[in-house]
Formats: sequence, structure tokens, C-alpha cells
Amino acid sequence: MNVVLAKTETGRALSDAFAVVRDRLPGAGKVAEQRRLAFDAYERAGLPHRRIEDWKYTDLRMLMREVLPLAAVADAAALKRAEAALKVHAIDGVRRLVLVDGAFAPKLSDTGKLEKGFTIRSLREALEAGDAAQQAQLFTPDISNPMVALNSAMMTDGVLIDLADGTVLTQPLHVVHIASGTVPAAMFTRSMLRLGRDAAVTLVESYIAADGAKSYQAHDSLIVAIGDHSRLDHVRLVEDGREAVNISSAVVTLGAHAHLNAFGMTSGAGVSRYQATITFAGEGSRVETNGVNLLNGKQHADTTLFMDHAVPGCASREIFRAVVDDRGHSVFQGRIVVRPDAQKTDAKMMTRALLLSDDAEADNKPELEIFADDVTCGHGATTGALDESLLFYLRARGLSAKEAQALLIQAFVGEAIESIVNDTLRELAISAAQRWLEARG
Amino acid sequence: MPLLEVKDLQVRVDDREILHGLSLTVNEGEVHAIMGPNGSGKSTLSHVIAGKPGYEVTGGEILYRGEDLLEMAPDERAAKGVFLAFQYPVEIPGVATMNFLRTALNAQRKARGESEFSTPDFLKKVREVAARLNIPQDMLRRGVNVGFSGGEKKRNEILQMALFEPSLCILDEMDSGLDIDALRIAADGVNALRSSDRAIVVITHYQRLLNYIVPDFVHVMSRGKVVKSGGKDLALELEASGYTQFEDAA
Repeated sequence: MNVVLAKTETGRALSDAFAVVRDRLPGAGKVAEQRRLAFDAYERAGLPHRRIEDWKYTDLRMLMREVLPLAAVADAAALKRAEAALKVHAIDGVRRLVLVDGAFAPKLSDTGKLEKGFTIRSLREALEAGDAAQQAQLFTPDISNPMVALNSAMMTDGVLIDLADGTVLTQPLHVVHIASGTVPAAMFTRSMLRLGRDAAVTLVESYIAADGAKSYQAHDSLIVAIGDHSRLDHVRLVEDGREAVNISSAVVTLGAHAHLNAFGMTSGAGVSRYQATITFAGEGSRVETNGVNLLNGKQHADTTLFMDHAVPGCASREIFRAVVDDRGHSVFQGRIVVRPDAQKTDAKMMTRALLLSDDAEADNKPELEIFADDVTCGHGATTGALDESLLFYLRARGLSAKEAQALLIQAFVGEAIESIVNDTLRELAISAAQRWLEARG
Repeated sequence: MPLLEVKDLQVRVDDREILHGLSLTVNEGEVHAIMGPNGSGKSTLSHVIAGKPGYEVTGGEILYRGEDLLEMAPDERAAKGVFLAFQYPVEIPGVATMNFLRTALNAQRKARGESEFSTPDFLKKVREVAARLNIPQDMLRRGVNVGFSGGEKKRNEILQMALFEPSLCILDEMDSGLDIDALRIAADGVNALRSSDRAIVVITHYQRLLNYIVPDFVHVMSRGKVVKSGGKDLALELEASGYTQFEDAA
């Protein structure tokens, strides 16, 4: 089979890069075969561009012009820089699991005294020495999406977390992705979180840069399976460097009577895309997934969610807020599919964008595909500037123009942040938003 | 020096002149009532004093303690003690009333070079004032004016007035939308703030409010000017004869 494609330079360079590193990537036999299949799938499509509907607003051929070499293994100096960055982004009371330049860093991670029923393993180890069943699971994400395919082909490390039936962790897990390198490089990571029945955990993911790390590319993916009657609270904070690219994908499956409460905030990275597919596989489950983009300069951030109501009696809520200043560009694409059998589905999606400058842009693309007849579904989208009459009221009460704007912006994103159940994490999101507001100058 | 001096003020909105040479002098300790029919420019005057955007001053001046008020940003005016109780207070979803009150009070104090209020002192003060105005605690936890009745919104304005302790209070149609009980509570709140170092300007369409807040001076506005000034009896006279005579005069 020969498919001839006009390739961009970036696409060609990626092909060359794969040829160079493929023998060094972890895993042989079936794993290597899966990588090759994935890379073929990627190559057939190439870097996604605006003529592909799903990537209409995020043309990677324009936004990701150069391909970067695979990140080297972090040396002592790099680990030291990573450690310094960790101090700044530390969260009290969590169990920290750290990936530096795309590799699990046991020395910076807290893997001691794991609770009963809780296991952690690195992706590298699983690919090199794991059982075939687990390896197969690691390749389940759909490689028809080119960036998922690329990630499947190139993934080097990540954390695999398993919670057995009945395991409830009170201490949140904090997975930190750090780019430490002073040389521009690309990282490809994949993590997996599996909750058995009646399990519960809070997962926080942070993407950060150490001092000196500038233009890098973080390619990440996450596979999540939430068992029956289990609950996952998921917080995602993208605070990458301003010249960085972050392309992340998530595949989430919920069993019956399961609950996912997710929140994501993007205030960092020059170009980012978060694409998540959430599938209801068991009845009576519920998802709240909220997000906030805080963008300025020339930042581009894309959140693309696909909510798949495959079974009856599930509920989903999506609240998304974008605050865009300067020449920032925020994209929200929300697709809700209600399959023919999924009666009594209750799905709602509300996105609002606040534009703080004339050159700011926000694109909202809600899509509802409903094939069942007894459902409650709705979506709404608004885009606008700060309300002048509210600004005047606040200024007449003594707030400066900046203070008045900040208070209204906080209120605007507040509705999305309020969904975070854990007090510490909610405060963390609020203070991240405050830092952004203060840095606006 | 008078607290407020408005001299021959001319104001345009969208190329239409609303105020045609209005003059008014207010001293500390005085309560003034400005009355007039709809469209006479009463609210425009209050908006220009507070610094609302969208008004073009084409002539005249406003001095506040001898300083050019029109040169000051709205927040600067607030910090210097100018307070407008809005005719239609806005709703601000997502900003809890308590948080708003504290942010505003501390912003004003900071601008004046004063220290910020400590949380316990602040809470004590708010609770005290709220109790006096019959404002329940749960109202303070809600978003600013969100889901408040007309009377509650007006009481919230008086609450702010009591908390910020301004020198010049302008009450724009405080009585609109209030039943007699709500009006009495709000008026009592205002009367409690009468003092020798504070001036209050009550803007109203009806004489009714002036039964509760008794003014020292009454001014009649018509077609963008003050056409007659007098004592509190002028309000009663108006109640009997209406505004028509002044419209003809203007």
C-alpha cells in the first residue's frame, strides 16, 4: 500500500526522527509492531491542519513549524533545575509523581508506603517487561487521530496507576510533567489510571517548565478507566513555558454509577491542545468537566471534548470559560453524542468567552448529535467584552480600572473553578488565576 | 470652601445637550433635594458627578473641596468621599457581596494612604450596619445584588454608604420601586448618616421621600437647569401645583 502525500517539512522531519529513534524506544516484539502501525497511521495523515474539520481552528502545520529531537535523559544538572521548579509548584498534602523531560524520575517522586490495593509502575518498565495484556491496553487509544498515533509511536515513559476494588485514596496524586532541558526537545509520555469497583482518587496533573526550558514540545496522553461505583476527581493545570507546545489527549471510560469530576486550566504554553474522549459504558454515571483558559500574548489554546453517551441514564455537564487578551486565541469544541439506546441522558454544555482586546479571538464549536428520543440536552455559547455598567459600578465604589476588571474576570471564571471539590486544589486554581491577573500588567 | 460647587455646567450625551448651564452649591452638613420631572437632567447630573463614561462636559466646572472633580477618575472620586447611590444598582454574579464590600473599602482606604481593615474589624462593622438596615446575613453571602428585590438593592446601597462613610452622598431616585415600609427603612438608614461633616443630595421625582428625609434646601430642575431654589416648603408647594409651571418658565 503506497499512499503518496505531500508532506510538510515538519512532517518529513518527524518521519526521519522516528527512523532514528525507533530502536531506542522501550519495548520490543508486539510493542515495536504497534509502534510501527501507529507511526504508519500518523504518516498517512501527517500533521493535522485546518482542512480537517476537527483541527479547523488549530492548524498544527502553521503552529508547530519545527520538529524537535527526542529529549535526552535528564542529567544531574537537569534534575536539579527540575527540583527547583517543583518547589515553586508544590502542593501540600499530595503524593507526587514526577516526569522530567518525559522520563519517570523516581528520585523526585514519592513512591514509598503505598496504600493497600494501590500500585504504581512506569510506562517504560511496562513496555519493556510488562505482560502482554497490559501492553495491549496501552495501545487502545484510537490512532485515527494523528496526534494520538504519533504519541503511540513515540511514547517513552509515564506512570501507570492501579487502584484495586475498594481502594480509596484520601491523599491526592500529583503527576508533574517538567521540561528541564535548556536544549529544545520533544517529550512523548503516556500514563494510565485504572480504578476498580468502589474506588476513589484525586489526580492532579501539572505541566511546568524549569528555569531555562524554553521551546519544547510536550506530547502526552492519558488512559483512564473508572470502575463501577468509583469516583475520580481530576485537575489539570497547564503552566508550560510561553514558547512551549503541549499536545495532550485523554481517553476516559466510566463504568456504572461512576463519577468523574474534572477541571482543567490552561494559562501556560504558546500552543496547546487538549483532546479528551469521555465514554459512558455503564448506566447511572455522571461527569462534570469544567475548564478555564487564561490567555494573552499570542497564546493559542484548544480544548476539544467528545462526550459519548453510549448507555442510558447518564448525566454530563460541561462549563467552559475563556478569558483572552492581546492576540490570544481560545478554542473550545464540544461534541456530545447520545447513542440510540442512551435514553434518559441529561447532557448540558455551556461555554462563555471574555475578550479583553480587539485582537483576541475565541471560537466555540458545540455539536450535539442525538439519536435517542427521551433525553434532556442543551448547549449555549456566548462571547463578549466586560460589561461597562458593571465596571463603572465597581469604579464608583473605589476600585481602579484594573482592580475592577480583575474582580469581574475572577467572577467570570469562578463558576468553572467552584466545581473543584478539594479545598486545597480549588484554592490552587484560584491563586493560579490571580497570578495570571496580576501578571497582566 | 463649599464641599461641592457646580458652576454653569453644560453636558452632552450623543450630541444632545442635557444640562444647559446648571449651578448648585452644597456645603458640609446640608441636605439638598433636587426635584424635577422625568427628563429634566437629574440623573445626568448625578452620573457626571460620579464620573460615568459617556457624558461630554462642554462647559462649566465642578469643584469638590475646591478641586476639579471632572479631572478625577471615578475611583479617585470615591476615595475622596463622593458616593452615588444608584437608581438601578447592577447585579454582579459571582462576586460575593461581602468580598465586594471588603475589596471596595480597602481600595478606598489604600488610595487615601490608610491601612486596610482587619477581617474581624471589617466583619463586625458590616454586621452592625447590616443589622441596622434589616439586611439578613445570607444576603451578604450572595452575589452582589443577585436575586435581590428592589428594596434589598436600595438597602444594599445605603449599607455601602454607611460603610464607606463618604462626605458627599448623592441618592439617585432612592424611592423608586420601594413600598412604604422599605422606604422607611432606607430613609432611616440615610438619616442616621446625617452629620455636620457630610452632605446629602437627594434626587427625587416625588415629594413623598422628603417626608422621611427632610431637606434643608430644595431645588427644582427643569430642562437641564435649576429653575427655582428654596427651603423644604418648596417641595410641598410642588406637590400641590405640579411641575408644569416650571416647565413653562424654563
